[in-house]
Amino acid sequence: MSLSAKDKATVKAFWAKISSNGEAIGADALSRMLVVYPQTKTYFSHWKDMSPGSAPVKKHGATVMAGVADAVAKIDNLTSGLLSLSELHAFTLRVDPANFKILAHNILVVLASSFPKDFTPEVHVAMDKFLAAVALALSEKYR
Amino acid sequence: MVKWSDFERATIQDIFSKISYDVVGSAALSRCLIVYPWTQRYFGSFGNLYNAAAITTNPKVAAHGKVIMAGLEKAVKNMDDIKTTYKDLSVLHSEKLQVDPDNFNLLGDCLTIVVAGQMGAAFTPEVQGAFQKFLAVVVASLRKQYY
Repeated sequence: MSLSAKDKATVKAFWAKISSNGEAIGADALSRMLVVYPQTKTYFSHWKDMSPGSAPVKKHGATVMAGVADAVAKIDNLTSGLLSLSELHAFTLRVDPANFKILAHNILVVLASSFPKDFTPEVHVAMDKFLAAVALALSEKYR
Repeated sequence: MVKWSDFERATIQDIFSKISYDVVGSAALSRCLIVYPWTQRYFGSFGNLYNAAAITTNPKVAAHGKVIMAGLEKAVKNMDDIKTTYKDLSVLHSEKLQVDPDNFNLLGDCLTIVVAGQMGAAFTPEVQGAFQKFLAVVVASLRKQYY
């Protein structure tokens, strides 16, 4: 299920349209994840406030989407491009990789609700594949 | 017995009273067949599913989208005992249609995304939570008779 040239072009074109909203998308996706999948809160117990739209959620949402933006730029070689991020998630954060899928789903929900006209089925499948590829690259250094 | 909060009950009734079954059913099934193309294995008799354009305009897909929504409505009307309500549907999917139950989650995800697209900002994290809980109960009930 690797990214075809068409997938990459679709992702880049869609990203160009939405990237200025990156921080808001990240905050919304993270908020949703913490509400709909409460088990993910275990990774953020050091935050004072995990409620939707809180300061730590906004800040971290921006961080996450900056990572996604980086991945778009490195779409031709995600494994090597995201190596240090993989090391971070594997050795320091030790996030169970099953959670990447959960966050990806919430990013897609945000894209659908915020950009209903642009988030066509073709864009949906390309973004789903892309986020799965990012998750795979992030899992690279785990074991 | 699944416990529903007042908010969850009201939210599910509200969503299903507002969405167009024709639009949502067709869009969700189309997305499922496009985004997860292996699901097409269950629809060999539907004719042209060769690309996204063919799928979204296929009349059999649209018709079946309505069938799915009618099935979901049964659960919406019987939220306190979806398991019993879905007993025959579960047997149907297991014995006759022989659908891998993992596919239920794929269709569920597509439904969530389509409803999010329809409702926009009204699809808050809390509303999403209620909707996904409802879908989880539906999926569990559909899986119940598999052996």
